[in-house]
Amino acid sequence: MEYLIILVSAIFVNNILLAQFLGCCPFLGVSNKLSTAVGMSGAVCFVITLATLVTYLLQYYVLVPLHIEFMQTISFILVIAALVQMVEIILKKISPSLYQALGIFLPLITTNCAVLGIALIVVTKEFTFGGEPHMLNLAETVVYAFASSLGFGLAMILFAGLREQIALNKVPKPFRGIPIALVTASILAMAFMGFSGLV
Amino acid sequence: MGKMKLITKGLVKENPTFVLLLGMCPTLATTTSAINGMGMGLATMFVLVLSNMAISATAPYIPDKVRIPSYIVIIAAFVTVLQFIMQAYTPAMYETLGLFIPLIVVNCIVLGRAEAFANKNSVIDSACDGLGIGLGFTMSLTILGLVREILGSGSVFGFKFISGDGILAFVLAPGAFLALAYLIVIFRKITRMN
Repeated sequence: MEYLIILVSAIFVNNILLAQFLGCCPFLGVSNKLSTAVGMSGAVCFVITLATLVTYLLQYYVLVPLHIEFMQTISFILVIAALVQMVEIILKKISPSLYQALGIFLPLITTNCAVLGIALIVVTKEFTFGGEPHMLNLAETVVYAFASSLGFGLAMILFAGLREQIALNKVPKPFRGIPIALVTASILAMAFMGFSGLV
Repeated sequence: MGKMKLITKGLVKENPTFVLLLGMCPTLATTTSAINGMGMGLATMFVLVLSNMAISATAPYIPDKVRIPSYIVIIAAFVTVLQFIMQAYTPAMYETLGLFIPLIVVNCIVLGRAEAFANKNSVIDSACDGLGIGLGFTMSLTILGLVREILGSGSVFGFKFISGDGILAFVLAPGAFLALAYLIVIFRKITRMN
């Protein structure tokens, strides 16, 4: 039940893109086509879940025992960069077809603030899922990271679908490109606001 | 290019927010009021100037293949310094901006300037470039914050000029996207760029 609450909350209520503004660069940058949006979402989903798991272990088994929590930012970004590189190499070796689909997006993900953002949120913020405010444990962390990245994918794919439709219409000249996309994102964010108070 | 030109180009011609459309996450997330936008802009400028200088000075010694990870580590080091400074002197602002201070590490503007400018120009020029782009970013964030604050809570830099509430949506997520969209359109109209 608790995990269900985490899922609903992270996907709909506190959507990582439309409520917390993490990962806006790919959201606006690669959402022109539905197929690229799907590829990007898949890669982000994979990397966020894995990176959050690794940084969570790093925080509680290395940084906290050594009392060097201030190294969080540097060590997290290094771990994420190394991890993305490793995922790229492994994927290339074991599943060339998946690499074909996700490969080009992987280098971009290192500087996607959603990855570092989620990794930092889970070790700094207290959550109130199921009663008392508490820091997330390992299982909850993984579920939260996965759910957040699903939320990213949902918003991304919805948005790409809308933008494909917009591309077919006549848009006033100054609005072409990013501004009309931002107006669309605004309406989408308004729709997602309707979920607030659900959990 | 003259030093003055390096500093002023970030304001209009290469404005990071309205023209280059970089660093969208802090732009949208922290501009709930003018003062927050300004704080975020200044924090980014601090990191930008220092990392530009450090990268410009060390670029000849960094092998080409590992340059991006090296830049990220340099930037992350300055962000950690910034976190300490803000915790000590502006704890309230540090609390408000929260997550978005460590996230300066992955701000595309900072890494973008390192890759596009700092690694092939002198230390002084890189500092000017960082200052210019930082000023442009601060200006845009302050304007966006001001617009959202006036519409959303009816106040300017914290001074309320209406009684009651503003249009709450402008403080929340949808207003961020909408205000930025219209500001870009107005910016394009004024500068006749398209």
